[in-house]
Amino acid sequence: GKRMAAPAPDPQFTLRGAGSAVCALHFCSGAQGRPLLLSGSLRGLVHIWNLETRRPLAALDGHGGQCVTWLHTLPRGPQLLSQGRDLQLCVWDLAEGRSAVVDAMRLESVGFCRASILAEGPQRWMLAVPGRGNDEVQILELPSKTLVSCLKPEAGARLGMPMCLQLWQAESSPRPLLLAGYEDGSLALWDVSMRKLCSRAACHSEPVMGLALDPRRARGVSGSAEKALAVWSLEGQQALQVRGTHELTNPGIADLKIRPDSKILATAGWDHRVRVFQWRTMRPLAVLAFHSATVHCVAFDATGLLAAGSGDQRISVWSLYPPT
Amino acid sequence: MDPVASAVRLAVQEALHILSSSEDGGHIISTLRSLRRYLGETETQAPAEEQEEFSRTHFSTILRCLVGKLSPDWLDLLPDGQLEELWASFFLEGPADQAFLVLMESIEGAASPSFRLMKMAQLLARFLSAGRMAAVMEGQCGQQVGPASRLLQETLLTRVVGLPDRLGNRLQRETLAAFFPQNYFPLLGEEVLRVLQAVVDSLRGGLDCSISFLSQVLGKACVHGRQKEILGVLVPRLMVLTQGNCLWQRVCWRLVERVPDRAMEAMLKGLVEASPGPEVLSRLLGNLVTKSKKAQFVMTRKLLFLQYSCSTPMLQSLLGYLAMDSQRRPLLVQALKELLETWGSSSAIRHAPLEQQRYVSKALLICLAHLGEAELQASRDELLASLMEGVKSRLDNSLPPVRRLGMIVAEVASARLHPEGPPLKFQYEEDDLTREMLALAAPRPVADGPLEAGPPVAPVGGESPDQETVDSGGPQAGREGSDSELDSDDELVPYDMSGDGEQRSSKTPAYVRDCLEALTASEDWERWEAALRALEGLVLKSPAATREVSLELAKVLLHLEEKTAVAGFEGLRQRALVAVTVTDAARVAEYLAAQFYALNYSLRQRMDILDVLALAAQELSRPGRLGRASQRGPLGPGSQPSGATVPAWQAVVEERVRRKTRRFCKGSTGRAAAAGPNEFNVVAGYFFFPLLQRFDRPVVTFDLLGDDQLVLGRLAHTLGALMYLAVNTAVAVPMGKALLEFVWALRFHGDAYVRQGLLSAVSSVLLSVPAERLLADLPDELLEARSWLADVAEQDADEDCRLLAVKALLLLEKLRDRLLPLSSP
Repeated sequence: GKRMAAPAPDPQFTLRGAGSAVCALHFCSGAQGRPLLLSGSLRGLVHIWNLETRRPLAALDGHGGQCVTWLHTLPRGPQLLSQGRDLQLCVWDLAEGRSAVVDAMRLESVGFCRASILAEGPQRWMLAVPGRGNDEVQILELPSKTLVSCLKPEAGARLGMPMCLQLWQAESSPRPLLLAGYEDGSLALWDVSMRKLCSRAACHSEPVMGLALDPRRARGVSGSAEKALAVWSLEGQQALQVRGTHELTNPGIADLKIRPDSKILATAGWDHRVRVFQWRTMRPLAVLAFHSATVHCVAFDATGLLAAGSGDQRISVWSLYPPT
Repeated sequence: MDPVASAVRLAVQEALHILSSSEDGGHIISTLRSLRRYLGETETQAPAEEQEEFSRTHFSTILRCLVGKLSPDWLDLLPDGQLEELWASFFLEGPADQAFLVLMESIEGAASPSFRLMKMAQLLARFLSAGRMAAVMEGQCGQQVGPASRLLQETLLTRVVGLPDRLGNRLQRETLAAFFPQNYFPLLGEEVLRVLQAVVDSLRGGLDCSISFLSQVLGKACVHGRQKEILGVLVPRLMVLTQGNCLWQRVCWRLVERVPDRAMEAMLKGLVEASPGPEVLSRLLGNLVTKSKKAQFVMTRKLLFLQYSCSTPMLQSLLGYLAMDSQRRPLLVQALKELLETWGSSSAIRHAPLEQQRYVSKALLICLAHLGEAELQASRDELLASLMEGVKSRLDNSLPPVRRLGMIVAEVASARLHPEGPPLKFQYEEDDLTREMLALAAPRPVADGPLEAGPPVAPVGGESPDQETVDSGGPQAGREGSDSELDSDDELVPYDMSGDGEQRSSKTPAYVRDCLEALTASEDWERWEAALRALEGLVLKSPAATREVSLELAKVLLHLEEKTAVAGFEGLRQRALVAVTVTDAARVAEYLAAQFYALNYSLRQRMDILDVLALAAQELSRPGRLGRASQRGPLGPGSQPSGATVPAWQAVVEERVRRKTRRFCKGSTGRAAAAGPNEFNVVAGYFFFPLLQRFDRPVVTFDLLGDDQLVLGRLAHTLGALMYLAVNTAVAVPMGKALLEFVWALRFHGDAYVRQGLLSAVSSVLLSVPAERLLADLPDELLEARSWLADVAEQDADEDCRLLAVKALLLLEKLRDRLLPLSSP
C-alpha cells in the first residue's frame, strides 16, 4: 500500500529585502566558517546574507543597476566573482569585511549565459564565458585573464548562442571539459585543451536554460523552455548520450542544481515552483509552491541547505532530506 | 392349462383368501412366508418357472391385497412389527417395476390424510433409499419393446419423473424430504448412473442392451426443468468415466441420441450449462449435431438466434464444441455467416432488444476466435459484405450501446477477415462489457486438447505508477556504478504533490467586453483561453454589461472553434453560452432557436444549441435563483453576510455567544428556500416554439426526418425537458398541445432514441400541464396518446421505450384518479 504522503513542506525561513527580483544565488563560508548566502538582484546589487541572523550583512553595488546573473567565490581572499548584464565581470575582495571591486573584466556577450569556473590549481582558475561571436565560448585563465581558448562550432553547425556552461575536469583525466547548452536545444561537450567538439546531443527543442552535472556518475540533467527535463550521460568522458526525458507539469526551467551528495536535484521553474527529485531515479519528491513569481535560481550549500531566488524578491531557504 | 401356472394360481388364491379373512397372526405370517418362496429370497425356493409365473401374473395382485390389509389393527396382530417387516419386504424385494407402480397407485388412491397414505409414503421413501429405482430402470433396459410394454414403459416413465409432483400433490405439507425435487432428481441421476454402469458391464459381457428408457427419463426430467439437479450429478461423473474409455463414450453418445426430439432442447441446454468446457461437451455429445436434425437445430439456431439466455461460458462451450471436430466445423462457419448476417441486418438492429444484440455480438466474436485463417478466407467476401452493412447501420444508430457494439465487432472482425489491411480502430470508452468482448475475441488454439488455463494476457501492459524514472537504463547505469553509498537513498519519502497543477496565466480579462474582444480578435492564445475561462463568471457578475452585447456573445460562442488544446473546452463554452442565455433569455433564446434550423451549421452545433437551451431553461426555472443572484451582488447595509465571507474571528465570536446564550425557544435556523416566480414563465415561448416550427422542412444541409435522426432524438428530448421546466407557467397549455401534436406526427419513427424522446415528452406534458386543462383542452390528444402508449408498452422492441411508455401510462392513471372524484357526482 501507499503511505499517506506528508503535506508539502514549508521553507525553513525566507530572506526579504533584496529589493528586486533575485537572479543569482551562491553559498559560501565567511569568517570563522559561518555560512553566508550571496544573492544577485535584477537591479544590480549583490547582497551578502547572514544565515544566522537572517539579515543582509552588506549590499554590493558594482554593476550599474544591471542584473547580476552569476556569483561565485574563490577561496583566496575570499574573492567574489560577479557577472552582470552591464557586460562586467567583477572581482570583489570580501576579506575582513571589505567590499570593494578589485578587478573587472569586460565581457563580450550580452546574452543571459552564466559563466563557469574551474580550479586548475590552488592559485589558478579557468573561466568559461560566452564569447564575442554569436556562438562562441571563451576560456580565460585567471587571475591573468588571458584568453587561452575560443570554442567555436564549425560553420554549418547552427547551434545558436551558448545559453549555459559547465566546466569540468574528471579526476582521472588531465584534460578539462566544457559542457555547453545552446540556443537550438542541443548540448555539446568540448575538449577545452584540444578546442574540439567531442560530442553533441539534441536534448531539447527549445533553448537550454540550465544544466547540472553529477561528475561521480558522469550523468547530468538539463532544463529548457519546454515542458521536460532531459537526463544524459557522458560515456567514457567522450560521448554525450541522452538517457531519457522527464515530463513536467508546466514548461520552463530557469536553473537546476544537484546537491553535492548527489542525492537530490532541485529545479527552478517559470511556474513559480521549485521541484525536488530523487536524482538517481528522477522520482519526484516535492513541489515547493512558495514563490509568487518565476523562480530564477536555486543553490545548495555543503550542509544540504537549499535556497531559491525568485522574481517575487524573496529568497526561500529549505532544509529537505538532510544528508546523513 | 399349463400345470405350473395352475399350481401357482391355486397357491396364490389360497393365500389371498387367508390374507383377506384371517385374524390369526400366526396363520397370516406363515402364509406370507410361503408366498416369499416365489420371490426367490428364502432357502426353500420355488422352481424358476413358478417364480416367473408368480411375478408375471400374480405379484401385483398380492401387493394390492397387502395394501388393502394395511391398518393399525392388522399390523398389531403380531408384536414387534414382525408383520410390518414381512409386509414391506414384498415391496422392497419383489420385481421393482410392479412394486413401484403399486406403491404409486396406492398412494394416489389413498384417502388423504390417512394412516395408509403415510405408511405407503414411508415405504416409497425406503424403496428409493434402497436403490430400487435403479432396478426399476434396469428392468426396462434388457426388454425387447413390444406394443404392450411400451404402454407400461410410458406409465412408468411418467411416474418415475413425476414422482415429486405426485407425492407433493398427495401429501401436501406432510411430504417427505426424499420426495423434494432437489433431493429426488440428484438421486435419480445416481440411479441412472448405476444402470449405465450395469449396461456397460453387460455390454462387456457381450449382452445386448437398450438404454432408450434412460434417455427418456433424462429427457423428461430436463423437460420438467430439472436439468440442473439431474445433470449436476450425471455430468461430473460421466466426464470422468468417458475420459479415455470408448465403451463409456459410446454409451453416453447413445444416451443423448435416444433422447426424444421434444426433450432435446431442454437436455442440450442443460448439458451445455453443466459442462465445464467444450472438451467435455464434445466427449459427452460426440457428433450428435450431425446425426440428429433436432440437435443441430437446437445447437446452431435455437440457442444462437431464437434465444439469448445462455451465459457467456455456455456460449463458449457451445461454439467450442462445434469447433472441436472437423465434421462439425462447417456448422461453425455456417453459424458465423448467419450470425454476421443477423448482426448486420438493419431491421434486426432496430427491432431486436439490446440484450440480444449483445448476445449475437458475443457469439460472433467467439466464432471468429475459433475459426482459422483458411476457413475465414474461403467465405471472406460474403462475410465482409455482411460486416460492412452491419457496421454502417450500427454506426448510424443513435443509441450509444448499439454503436459501440458496431465498433468492437468491426475492429475484431476486420482484423480477422482482412489481416493484411490497416487495422480498424475506433474510439470508445472501455468498460466491463468492452473488456469482456475483447477478451472473447482473443484467438484460441484450434486443436482439441484442453484449453490453456486462464485468459490470454493483454499484450499492452500499463506502466506501473512507480515507474516514473526517466528510463530503465539510467538508474541501472547508476546502480552498476562503483559507489554504492550513492544508491542508499531509497528512504527518501515524497511529500504530497497533489497540488501540482498546471499554471494559469494572469492575462484574465476583467470585463465582458474584453472577453468578447479577446475571443474574436486575439491571436494571443493564452489570453483567448483565459477569456474563455473567465467568461461565465463575468457574465453572471455583470448582467447589465452582458445584455449590451448578449447577441454578439452568443454568436461568437456558438461559432467558437477549439483553436488550441484547451482542457474542458466544450464545457467552458457551453457554460458561458448558458450564462449568456440566462442573462438575456428572450433575445438569446430566440436567436439560438432560430439558428437551430439555419443553413450553415454542423450537427454538433445544432445539438449544442439544444443542450444550451435546455440548461438555460433549467437554470431559469430553478426556484430561489433570484434570491441567490441578489446575494451575489454588493451587500446592502444590514444584510446577512454569506457564509463564505465570514471572517474567522467572527465565527469564533458567534460560536462563543451561541454557547453561552440560553434560548427558550428556537426558531428555524436554516434560511427557508426563497420563494419567487418561475423566471422561465415569461420566456418559455422563445425557447420552445421556434424549435417546433420547421422540423418537417428539410434544408440542404439538415434533414431532421431523414439522416439526421440523432438530432431529431435530441430535439424530442429537449422539447420534453423544456415542457417539464415550464411547469406552473401560463404558457404550459399551448406548449403541451403543440408538443402532443409533434409527438403524434412522429410516433411511429423507426429510431428507438427518437421514440424515447417522444415518450418522455409525453410524460412531461402530463406532469406540467394542469390536470383540469388537460382534460378540458386536450381530451382527444390524450385518448390517442393513451392507446399509442399502451401499444408501445407491450410491443416496442426497445426496453427503455417500453419502460418510458409504462411510466407515462402510470401518470395518465394518476391523472384519471385525481379527476374522477371531481367528475363523479
